[in-house]
Amino acid sequence: MDVRRDIVQMTSAANSGHPGGSLSSVEILTALYGCVMRHDPSDPRWPDRDRFILSKGHACPVLYATLARFGYLPVEELKTFRQLGSRLQGHAHIMTPGVEMSAGSLGQGLSFGIGMALAGRLDRKDYRTYVLLGDGECDEGQVWEAAMSAAHYKVDTVTAIVDRNGIQNDRFVSQVMEIEPLADKWRAFGWHVLDVDGHDHAQVLKALAEAKATVGKPTVIIARTVKGKGVSFMENNPDFHGRAANKDELVIALRELEG
Amino acid sequence: MQKLAMASTRETFGKALLELGRENQDIVVLGADLNKSTFANMFGNAFPERYFDLGAAEQNMMSMAAGFASAGKIPVCTTFAVFGTGRPFDQIRTSIAQPELNVKIVCTHAGISVGEDGKSAHGIEDLALMTALPTFTVVTPSDAPETVEAVKAALRHRGPVYIRLYRPATPVVHAGPVKFELGKAEVLRQGKDATVIACGAMVAVALQAAEALQNEGVSCRVLNMSTLQPLDEPCVEAAARETGAIVTVEEHYLHGGLGSLVAATVARRAPVPVEMVGLTGYAESGRGDQLLEKYGLTPANVAAAVKRAIQRKR
Repeated sequence: MDVRRDIVQMTSAANSGHPGGSLSSVEILTALYGCVMRHDPSDPRWPDRDRFILSKGHACPVLYATLARFGYLPVEELKTFRQLGSRLQGHAHIMTPGVEMSAGSLGQGLSFGIGMALAGRLDRKDYRTYVLLGDGECDEGQVWEAAMSAAHYKVDTVTAIVDRNGIQNDRFVSQVMEIEPLADKWRAFGWHVLDVDGHDHAQVLKALAEAKATVGKPTVIIARTVKGKGVSFMENNPDFHGRAANKDELVIALRELEG
Repeated sequence: MQKLAMASTRETFGKALLELGRENQDIVVLGADLNKSTFANMFGNAFPERYFDLGAAEQNMMSMAAGFASAGKIPVCTTFAVFGTGRPFDQIRTSIAQPELNVKIVCTHAGISVGEDGKSAHGIEDLALMTALPTFTVVTPSDAPETVEAVKAALRHRGPVYIRLYRPATPVVHAGPVKFELGKAEVLRQGKDATVIACGAMVAVALQAAEALQNEGVSCRVLNMSTLQPLDEPCVEAAARETGAIVTVEEHYLHGGLGSLVAATVARRAPVPVEMVGLTGYAESGRGDQLLEKYGLTPANVAAAVKRAIQRKR
């Protein structure tokens, strides 16, 4: 898959970045940009576009690669990731065409998406707003402030997706800070909750359709994923949250992704 | 000096916002369960669909405002100075300041004149925090009439703005029409021996000090530095060159506030003696006027600082 190869290559070229949580959310982004969202790569600021907000801003390689593969950026530009003078910053920033929000400090994207969605409601626009959060990110109190406010204001045009890959920066999420029962938490905050295999396109698409059809309350999709998905030595390995493949590892990773 | 009329900057803000909201449909107002105190509820009662009370959740408020701005709205976030700067500082930095989004933050209850609620409620670090954000315009209106002009200018300006207001009514220093421009200091009084640079409600205190000094034969220039960032550096430099001594006055901790900004400018552009009147630490519960007196934010203290500065001239 092109996006996976892009992620591994661009982080390796930068010798830094966050491949693990990028690889875990590939199907979520390709489903959104490929099948669900109304968007126009030739006009990234189109007022009627659906919005995708990457709240887990460190996973920007998956966003940059997706934007490149859908025509927002030259694929060649991915090589400049994290380099001096590049539009592809180490954490997502609005200077990149197609990036909706500057992120990097966790917990802020859902609030941002709710603001965008409420602005759309005032403007009588029917665009939808999708926010991708990490599971470790759910440690942040602001996520729950935002969750409460979205239910209170019945913002049913917002869909949150939690990339439930089970690993955060230091270790496994269950070791650092247990967030289960996660679905119950969102339900208690007034959300419609769906649980899917985040690598199964059909399941992701079905959930996104159900989110769109859900009226009067926001929907969260808990996408069960594998951190580092697609590269054997990165899969389920906390080491690759924030470390890129070295030259030898890159060769192996690309060979595996060819298959 | 004749006694100045008193007026509330926060109530004036509430009325101004209501009027501006009538003219501009893009304005949305966000509050954090203090909407009666900030007078944001005046806007809320008139335009309930453009008014969002988010409860005691300032971090959510700031990032949500960024989302509104990104979709073309002009969000005005309202709360107290302590809750609207320090608590959601990271949200302001990452969601608003770095992408330079068009968000306005208007905080009331700045300084120690908040009074009885005590040090947890006294916003004495907000100017240091907000001027630490390179893309923010930071404004401290000197009185109620200037508050109206500052709010209008902030809403016309494209980019993030912080406006600092007070809990108690403060002296009205502008009797006639106010000429306000973001980034420009206002010369309220000419003088040749020293310049007092003040901001916010301390402008009235500076004027009183200058009047008292006049009776002693000391001629003081008084500047209303209503915009702290970007600072009107040419005006500060001219004051240093032409009067040879500077005194700053602010209802804020000395570290990182008006005094620090002016001193840095003077040191770079025209070194002369600088004295600073402001807070050297946290205060306590008490009536606002008692606290201003106890912590030295008085005309007498300013006048003494002017004399010290003049003495230090070579």
